[in-house]
Parts: sequence; C-alpha cells; structure tokens
Amino acid sequence: MREINYRTAVREAMVEEMMRDERVCLMGEEVGHYQGAYKVTEGMLEKFGERRVVDTPIAEFGFAGVGIGAAMVGLRPIVEFMTWNFSAVAFDQILNNAAKLYQMSGGQYRVPVVFRGPNGAARQVAAQHSHSMDPFYVNIPGLHVCAPSTPRDAKGLLKTAIRDDNPVIFLEGETLYAVKGEVPDEGVEELIPFGQARIAQEGTDVTLVAWGRPYHTAMQAAESLAKEGISCEVIDPRTLRPLDHRTVVESVKKTNRCVIVHEHWEHGGTGAQLVDLVQREAFDYLDAPVLRVHNQDVSMPYAVNLENTVLPTVERVVDAVKKTLYVAS
Amino acid sequence: MEDSLLLKKDELLTLYKKMFLIRRFEEEAARAYAQGKIGGFLHLYIGQEAVAMGAIACMRPDDYFVTTYRDHGVALGRGMTARACMAELFGKVTGCSKGFGGSMHMFDRPNNFLGGHGIVGAHVSLAAGPAFKAKYMGEDRITMCFFGDGATNIGGFHEGISLAALWKLPIIFVCENNQYSMGTPISRTAAQPEFWKKAEGYNIPGFRIDGHDVREVAEKFKEPIARARRGEGPTFIEVVTYRYRGHSMSDPGKYRTAAEVEERKKQDPVRIARDALLEMKVKEEELAKIDALVEEEVADAVKFADESDPPDEALMHSLTLAKTGEDPYA
Repeated sequence: MREINYRTAVREAMVEEMMRDERVCLMGEEVGHYQGAYKVTEGMLEKFGERRVVDTPIAEFGFAGVGIGAAMVGLRPIVEFMTWNFSAVAFDQILNNAAKLYQMSGGQYRVPVVFRGPNGAARQVAAQHSHSMDPFYVNIPGLHVCAPSTPRDAKGLLKTAIRDDNPVIFLEGETLYAVKGEVPDEGVEELIPFGQARIAQEGTDVTLVAWGRPYHTAMQAAESLAKEGISCEVIDPRTLRPLDHRTVVESVKKTNRCVIVHEHWEHGGTGAQLVDLVQREAFDYLDAPVLRVHNQDVSMPYAVNLENTVLPTVERVVDAVKKTLYVAS
Repeated sequence: MEDSLLLKKDELLTLYKKMFLIRRFEEEAARAYAQGKIGGFLHLYIGQEAVAMGAIACMRPDDYFVTTYRDHGVALGRGMTARACMAELFGKVTGCSKGFGGSMHMFDRPNNFLGGHGIVGAHVSLAAGPAFKAKYMGEDRITMCFFGDGATNIGGFHEGISLAALWKLPIIFVCENNQYSMGTPISRTAAQPEFWKKAEGYNIPGFRIDGHDVREVAEKFKEPIARARRGEGPTFIEVVTYRYRGHSMSDPGKYRTAAEVEERKKQDPVRIARDALLEMKVKEEELAKIDALVEEEVADAVKFADESDPPDEALMHSLTLAKTGEDPYA
C-alpha cells in the first residue's frame, strides 16, 4: 500500500480505465487544457489527447445529454460536473433520460455513463454553491449513487462505476480532494462492489453512520468520544444506492444505538431512509431513538461563523452520541 | 441514389407504401384509443408523413434516428413492424418497448431508432450523443434528429445544436414546423417565426422547405446528409408541414378552424405521392394492391396487439437496472 490523496485516486481510476477501454472518454468544463477546475484531471489531456478528453462549453444540460446519447450507442463517457451544484440544470437529463431509457426502451438501450464531480459545501461559497445533491439523486430508481469518503474507496468505486452498464452518480468532495489515505500499489487492481458498506472502526456503544465529508467529522467525533470511554462503531455506506443497510442494522443490534451524520438537509434522503430501515429491522434492539446530525434547515450563509453552525460539527456529533447514551454533555 | 435528384418509380412506390401504412396505422390507432384499448397520450403524425419518409429515404440502415413523442411515423418508416408498434400502444409485452414506453417512447435498436422522447428539446441534446460517438469512433454514420417548432424555444434545443455545431458532429437537425406548439400558434410562441434562420446563430447552414411532397423532401435532404457524412458538420432544415389531427387525442383543436384544416388537407402528402405515381404510369390496380396489403398489415397488427399478453411484474423489476455485461442486443 502507498499513500495518495483523493484527487489522485480519482484521476488514477479514470486513467487506468481509459487505458483499458477505448470507449471510455471524459468530458466537462475545463477538464482538458485548464487541467481541471480542481486539478482532478491534471495531465489527462496530454496523455489521451483532445479526442478522448473533451473540453465543453458551459452547457451542463447539453453535454449531459451528449454523454447519455453516446452511452446509448456504445461509448462509456465520464461526464464531469465542475460541482454537483451545476447538475441542477442537467437534472432532467439524469432523471428523465439517463435513469429511464433502459426501462422505457424495454431493455434495448443501456446508458453506461458516469456523472462525477465534487458534492457538498466547499466552504464560504454561499447558498447556490454549497449543495449536497445526494437526496435528490438517491430517490431515483435506475441510478447508482456512490459517495466515497476515502481515496481507496474513491478509486475502487470509480473503476466499478465506469465498468457498470448503468448510469452512476459519483459524488466526490472539494474538501476531500486533499485527504490522504492508503490505496493499493500501482498494478494492483481493486474494484469495490456497489452496495457493500465498510466498517471503518469497530465499537460497542453506538453505531455512527456517515459518508463523504461528514464521515471524517464522525471519525473525529469517535476519536474524541473514545477518550471519554465511549466506543463508537463507524460505518461508511460508500454507495447510497444501492444502500447496504444490513451492515448498519447488524451493528445496531450490537450497539443498540445509532447516530447518522450527513451534510444535506433533514427532510428526506439517505439519512432518513436509514432511520426508517433501522427502526423497522432493529426495533426491539434500540435503547434510544435514532438521531441524526445534519445541515440546519436554512440556505447556506456566506459568513463563516454561520456556515460553521449549519454544517455538522464534531461537537454536534459528540452531543448526539451522548444523548443516545443518556449521558450529560 | 446520390447521383439522381428525383426518386425513381420503385423508390417512390416504397415510400408511398410506408406513408400509407403510417396513415392507416394511425387511423386504426385512433379508433382503438376511442375504444379504450390504448391509454395515456396518443400524438398522431397524420399529415406529416412525407417529412419522415423523405428524410429516411436518404439515410442508411446504420444511421441513427432520434425523434419526439410524435414518433409512430419515424418508427414505422425506419422499419419497425406494425405489430411491434401497435402492441406497444396496447401496452403489451410484444410491443417494441415491451409495454414500458407506450406511444411516446418507442425504441427499435435493430433499426438504430433511439426513441421517441417525451421531454421537449431534451432529446436534441441527447441526439448529439450518437453523432459524437460516430465521430469519436471514426465512423461515417450520421444522426438525424427531429423536433417540433415548439422545441426551438427551450434550452435543450439550443445546447444540443450549439455543441454539435462547435464539434462539427455528423447530425441533421430537422425542425418539423407544423405551425402549432400544442394549441398555441407560432405567432404567439416565437419572435422569429422563420426557424431556419436560427442556424445562423450556430454558424451552420440552414434552410426551409415544404414538407408535403416526399420527393421534394428527399431531394433537399441529400446534400446536407452527404455533407454531414463528409465530416463537414450539422445542417438545420426547417420543414413546413401540418398535422390534421389535434396535438393529442384529448385535443379538440378549438384553436384552429375546420376551414383551415380542410384547406391544408388539399396538400395531403399521401395523395400527392399517389398522384405522382399515377403520373409515372403506375397502374391504379397496382396501387390498389399495395393499399390492400397495407390494410391487411394494419388489421393483423391490431389483432396481434389485442391478443398479446401484458408485461408482468418480474419483467418490470428486471428493467430498472441492466445486468452489466449481459446485453442481448449487442
């Protein structure tokens, strides 16, 4: 194993898959000559040329459509959104074309396209640029949704996503790109299957579930709680659709308590879905209500003091865990 | 075919047969709809048949087609059987989309027909996809994308043409101007009613033709198609046409007068083709024989659709996600 950052892990997955399969291409704003708005695609134009690394104008709806149409006839495009915030203008292409065409064509046309880019708050970019788009996409049958938290998962899941015959929503994180972690050595191929959660840390007192940036918040909270003698089992679902709730339910049967940490708003989404599944399948094991730590129910403010109160924090996670244990904070 | 401008007699006979098939197929579909055998929306192409058939006549079997929800004409014209088309309308598993798409979402992969699309304008961007793929793979296949006059007002139309023009993709954009965006005349939807002029904004060639005579449509499509095949990029063709029926079956058409519709019917594309064949010394009996074959085909399609089974729940669940690597159509 070697240590690389998340950004490099994502790039390695794309480069390896493009080398393996000529049908894989990359398109998006600034992915080529500019070397990527967040340098994820750095060097890829030099390696593969303008035919396979395609700079697009600012037209998310249009190039999402091109990716879908090209996928229908045999290409396996990777479509980069500079951030997932901008996918809102392409939402119809994803909802009504990418997710629907396999079914509506009676199975004749597959749509093997990957939509990827950074999701969630990038810090101080205000309300329109701080969205966690996952609750919108996890609602849609016909899509896979990945939300890797670590470089290893990012690489292994992206390779699986590119090889999958269905449309994949791949949620990275601007504040995750510099995160470092262990990744298998070059030449060692790892494909991480969809629908398999990862138990990041075993524990006995409470189950903490988180993905993306909040995963790291949850890990820090677990570390802090350990100092107080509270043992957290931390689970990263890695893919939100399909969602491996069984691993969570099994953990809750052991810890009898559960806290879910996520970056989007309270109403709907994977957090709410997990609460529902846990109460249905582990009802008799619960010693406290399942709690969630999430964004406050407001549009993201620019002012940093307020932004810090909106996003899940280590302190809020610690408080929630203690609440499930009926311990004073 | 690119050598001669005018269609030969046997070519026109083939096109006439298809146009008459589309006409009779849809008349029977309307009847079945009234009987409650077809649900949802049913948008008829009656009156516009020469547009699809003139365009299809100039294309190769390996070329791609993408169209709107008014899609029976392109589906049948491209080679879908009347049985598969009618069974889809009836919501049966024997339909082209196994009963999952219905009237608006017909697909036919063996004939490279990529749908039947219900979201206005979105498919114009999608259609640039197969054109992108052809160029990427170095193939000389082209894509033809149909859309209505109403679609030219929405972003998906603009972004699709804009990208295709920028990348010089092998695609023909066909604006079927049937004068009405559902129930609203173009005088109340478009500041620029000469839609072909929009081509200038994308720096691609554009022109307007009349869409009632299939011979004229075919003739005018040849050069843009050849141009796209040579790798010189897209062309925007506005085809002026008219639909005789309402926007869909639920539209009584109160926004236009009976006199207007009757006047337009004088330019019936099916009759124009028939008259042209008679002028070319095709015997009335020969045409009657073709007509009878079409009647038989349509009646058979209705019977087939009626007697077919609907899709089951197991099929429904299997069609949400594809099993990677197991593509029976590949």
